[in-house]
Amino acid sequence: MKTAKFDWQARAIQAAFVIVVIGLWYYVGRKGLVSPIFLPKLPNVLDKFVGIVQSSTFYGNLGVTLFEFLVAVVIASTCGLTIGYLVGRSRYAVVVFEPLLASVFAVPLVVFLPLFILFFGIGFESKIAFGAAYAFFPIALNTIGGISQVDPRFVTVARSMGASERQLFRRVLLPAALPVIVTGLRIGCTIGFLAILGSEMIAGLRGLGSRIVSLAEGMNTAEMFAYIVFVIILAMILNVTLSQMQRRFGERREVA
Amino acid sequence: MSDTAVTSPPRGAGEPASAAWVFLRRNPAVARLGVVVLVFVLWELAGHTVLDPNFLSPPSAIIQAMPRVLGDPGVQTALQASFIELVIAFVLAVVAGIVIGLPIGLSSFARRATLPLVLLLYAIPQVTILPLFVLYFGIGAGSKIAFGASHGIFPIILNVIAGVQSVEAAHLTAARSMGATRLQTIHRVVLPHMTPSLFTGLRLAMSGTLLGVLLAELYVSTGGVGYYARIFADSFDPPATFALVAMLALMAVVLNETVRLAERRASFWRAHRH
Repeated sequence: MKTAKFDWQARAIQAAFVIVVIGLWYYVGRKGLVSPIFLPKLPNVLDKFVGIVQSSTFYGNLGVTLFEFLVAVVIASTCGLTIGYLVGRSRYAVVVFEPLLASVFAVPLVVFLPLFILFFGIGFESKIAFGAAYAFFPIALNTIGGISQVDPRFVTVARSMGASERQLFRRVLLPAALPVIVTGLRIGCTIGFLAILGSEMIAGLRGLGSRIVSLAEGMNTAEMFAYIVFVIILAMILNVTLSQMQRRFGERREVA
Repeated sequence: MSDTAVTSPPRGAGEPASAAWVFLRRNPAVARLGVVVLVFVLWELAGHTVLDPNFLSPPSAIIQAMPRVLGDPGVQTALQASFIELVIAFVLAVVAGIVIGLPIGLSSFARRATLPLVLLLYAIPQVTILPLFVLYFGIGAGSKIAFGASHGIFPIILNVIAGVQSVEAAHLTAARSMGATRLQTIHRVVLPHMTPSLFTGLRLAMSGTLLGVLLAELYVSTGGVGYYARIFADSFDPPATFALVAMLALMAVVLNETVRLAERRASFWRAHRH
């Protein structure tokens, strides 16, 4: 097929791009064209990367960030799913509350970060609260969307067959709304992670974000690059995990 | 939350609902306004009773603090500077995004070759490379503009590509068979067709740019809005912090609404055609 040949060419161009970038980076470092403070030498970054993966500072900071992330996601999904469900059940409540939530979410919540720091201090509490606040909105909005778009005939049928409120939720609403809700959880987790990293960078004592900042302030660019590479890998792992989750639960609709 | 329970009684339960109820049911917008007012009233009441005034001030105190904060020439300069940074970053993101996105979208080979690279770059959590922006562009306006633009450019590129793809092949063939040059085709067929998609991109880019500029402002708090946000918070002056945050939020809402309004004006012809 013609397309197979084209795809091969496309892959070649992508590989060439990556190789050129890495090669250029290596060459620039080798020739000393740019100060190592701006662009550290590639081998140095690799050394540092191996170094940090073996250091305890790294695991401490990683642990803090992951802990903040998990707690924030738990809080955000509990509140988001509950509120989303309660609002989504009533058409009237959707009309009243959905625009309110959507317009609050349209404001970049990062402007409220000073307030979070004011209320919760510069420790992990403010990061959790900020991450949870960011993650809450997509989860709640998607839950509202998912629940309110369930075909009302399904609900009527289930009710007429004598389903209890609980059964209605377990057997009808949840399966029908799940793909949309899972999308919300995915978006919520992604931006919650970014919000936690961001708040750590702006005002943090511990965690990967504040480690990157303190390395930047110390002009220790090579180690900072290594940390950035690690965080990017972490974000990609998160992304892949969430995509898998979405694929798994997003297709339940036909079965249920 | 108790409001949800109140607002969802079973309809047609038999008994005549009170007039106020019927009115609220018919006018959800009024109920929505009521919820907002209720939140502010409760906030105000809590501010006078249970809340520590060192941390959370009632809305009335914030309104009182507004003239003091906005009257400060330093704050005025900072807000103006942020606004200018935002506009420059947005324009840069849009121009660069279209310049990069159009050629990628126009050729199916370019799309297959470069789209995965664009998506790969987009997947990088940009907030982690904020220190690099400061390192390269300094602590002045440059780093904020660059960081804002880097947040805004990806939605533009991706939506321009999606928009170009949505152009029907028949229209392109028709234009070509009538002897349109490549530029004419882009100008007369491709651009009008990708308007809706482009505006989705513009809206996302605007919120991305806002996020980027504000993050950078808060990160580099040696001057500008970030500096004042920190000073007000550090000196336990919550009314001033709230007033500043309210101004920023207002700026964000106005900019978002401007893009939405432009979208409505630019796509007016769609309604007539379909």
